[in-house]
Amino acid sequence: MSSTETSTGDTPAHEPSPHAPQGAGSQRHLVQPLRVAADGVHHASGAERVAGMEPPPQARVSHMQRHLGWMGKPLYYATLIFGAAMMVVPFLWMFSTSLKVESDVFQFPPEWLPDPARPENYPDALTIAPFARYLANSAFVTITDTVFSLTVCAMAGYAFARFHFRFRNTIFIAVLATMMVPVHVELIPQFILMRGLGWIDTFQALIVPSIFWPFGIFLLRQFFMTVPKELEDAARMDGAGHLRILFGLMVPLSLPAMAALGIFKFMFTWNSLIAPLIFLTSREKFTVTLGLATFQGQYETQWALLMAATVVALVPIITVFLIGQRYFIQGVALSGLKR
Amino acid sequence: MKARLASMRWGRRRTLVAIGLLAIPLAGVLVFRIMPAIASFALSFTEWNLIAPPEFVGLSNFEELVGDPTFWQALWNTIYYVGGAVPGIVGVSLALALILNRGIRGIKIFRTVYFLPVVSSMVAVGIMWRWMFNAQYGLVNAGLGFLGIEPINWLGSQTWAMPALIVVTVWREIGFYMIIFLAALQGVPRHLVEAARLDGAGPWQRFWGVTFPMISPVTFFVSIMAMINTFQAFEYMYVMTEGGPRDSTLTLVYYLYLQGFEYFRTGYASAIALVLFTIILVITIVQWKIGERRVVY
Repeated sequence: MSSTETSTGDTPAHEPSPHAPQGAGSQRHLVQPLRVAADGVHHASGAERVAGMEPPPQARVSHMQRHLGWMGKPLYYATLIFGAAMMVVPFLWMFSTSLKVESDVFQFPPEWLPDPARPENYPDALTIAPFARYLANSAFVTITDTVFSLTVCAMAGYAFARFHFRFRNTIFIAVLATMMVPVHVELIPQFILMRGLGWIDTFQALIVPSIFWPFGIFLLRQFFMTVPKELEDAARMDGAGHLRILFGLMVPLSLPAMAALGIFKFMFTWNSLIAPLIFLTSREKFTVTLGLATFQGQYETQWALLMAATVVALVPIITVFLIGQRYFIQGVALSGLKR
Repeated sequence: MKARLASMRWGRRRTLVAIGLLAIPLAGVLVFRIMPAIASFALSFTEWNLIAPPEFVGLSNFEELVGDPTFWQALWNTIYYVGGAVPGIVGVSLALALILNRGIRGIKIFRTVYFLPVVSSMVAVGIMWRWMFNAQYGLVNAGLGFLGIEPINWLGSQTWAMPALIVVTVWREIGFYMIIFLAALQGVPRHLVEAARLDGAGPWQRFWGVTFPMISPVTFFVSIMAMINTFQAFEYMYVMTEGGPRDSTLTLVYYLYLQGFEYFRTGYASAIALVLFTIILVITIVQWKIGERRVVY
């Protein structure tokens, strides 16, 4: 990432062809924002260059299928289903355990269906530790962080993309360089800084440092550079100021990047352990990850209770994922274009 | 004339606007990212328990580090963990992406299922798997027993604790990297693979001769990304093993955390941080050097 050129225009292979292979129907939403992302320095991919020679998609699919044959397919499905089972079984097992009577947990070989079922584990877990409070704290911290972070990254990204000023590139490279420093390296100075600011055991300590996100600034700058200048000029003719141009034009035109960044931020902040662990001290301020880790410390071997608490901690983020999964997956695909 | 004047005024205003836009973001990056990075470096030459004023001690933290067997153990553990997790993550996620790219029905469902662990916090995943790996009643041993394998005391054994953590890591990360590979595979022009097939290349040859070179930059990128992330492993160790048994899962970041926030040896912890930073810097530089060469195919 020594310069932006190497950052964006590195390889056409990152760029999905618009003529996606047979899975195209279900994959199209993945493809579209990626192309926008790569536009910074847009290389025509191999498939695009020979697009004229490609048979129409319909014909190609049947052609493909004929040659792929059906021999490998059952094996593929078997592998995928086996893998999917591996992914799901721990969750199901956790859920099953969470509904058991504590003494039934210790059965070998294990039983899948809790008999008798004990849904009271859930209210129990919720009264032993204030999980509702933890979830509310996590929601507040995560949403505030995400909103402010996107705003700050958009402002800086716009300035770097569209303005000329002295030392612009030097400053930009300095910002990029901080991307290389792992957060764990900065933990101790950040702790000292927070102590100096009197922010220990406050939500600011979790939110404020996290708002300033070099990767976000970088990605939005790349996106803003692809917005045609003419659009900006037209908006200016209509009397729009810089903030109107930024939030009314650039940001809406970069929605895939904004969504991707927002989702990344959301996931990282929601799931983060180390920052709450070192900055928070009082229980009523705990986020759900820290609350759950602490809960485990106390009820280490009460598996039914512990699993119920873990389910409680997981349900909100999994719900958010299932609702917005399109954006999650786009966001991840986009991150492959990071460099 | 008038127009030029206006444009000059516009230009000056633009500079002011740029300053306005950048003031907050740059101040924040400076205070919360750049200064801590520099401070971390400086602190590694001091001794400071956070109460008495810091004391400059030159290189003594590093001298102590060299003679500290626990540090070497943590470094070795981290390398072992990265060495196990990264090939696992890259291999499995690439294999899954290759299969999913073959016009599989229900691709959306598979994608969703494989992605579920990615959104789940490492803390929750760690606790869930601590139960899975339970020596007496865990599902893993039940499954192995089904295959006639004796129960293993996964998290209680110096031999098996780290492999167990590697399994959890691979399990959680593959969905993420699979999506990246899938996006890359869609960029491989079909006609190239077809042409190779017409020339008589078998599936194996087609993969190594055409597909793999086309996606090698992404593979490389994914490996580096996975390496940088796994080098900073902390959560699973904190939740599942507390670095044990007998420091067998103690990683660099966990050791840093212990020294900094349990024993309040700020300077010593910063020295560990500097080692971590150096390792990651070296990986990044290697990425640039090789990346420049490998990207062109």
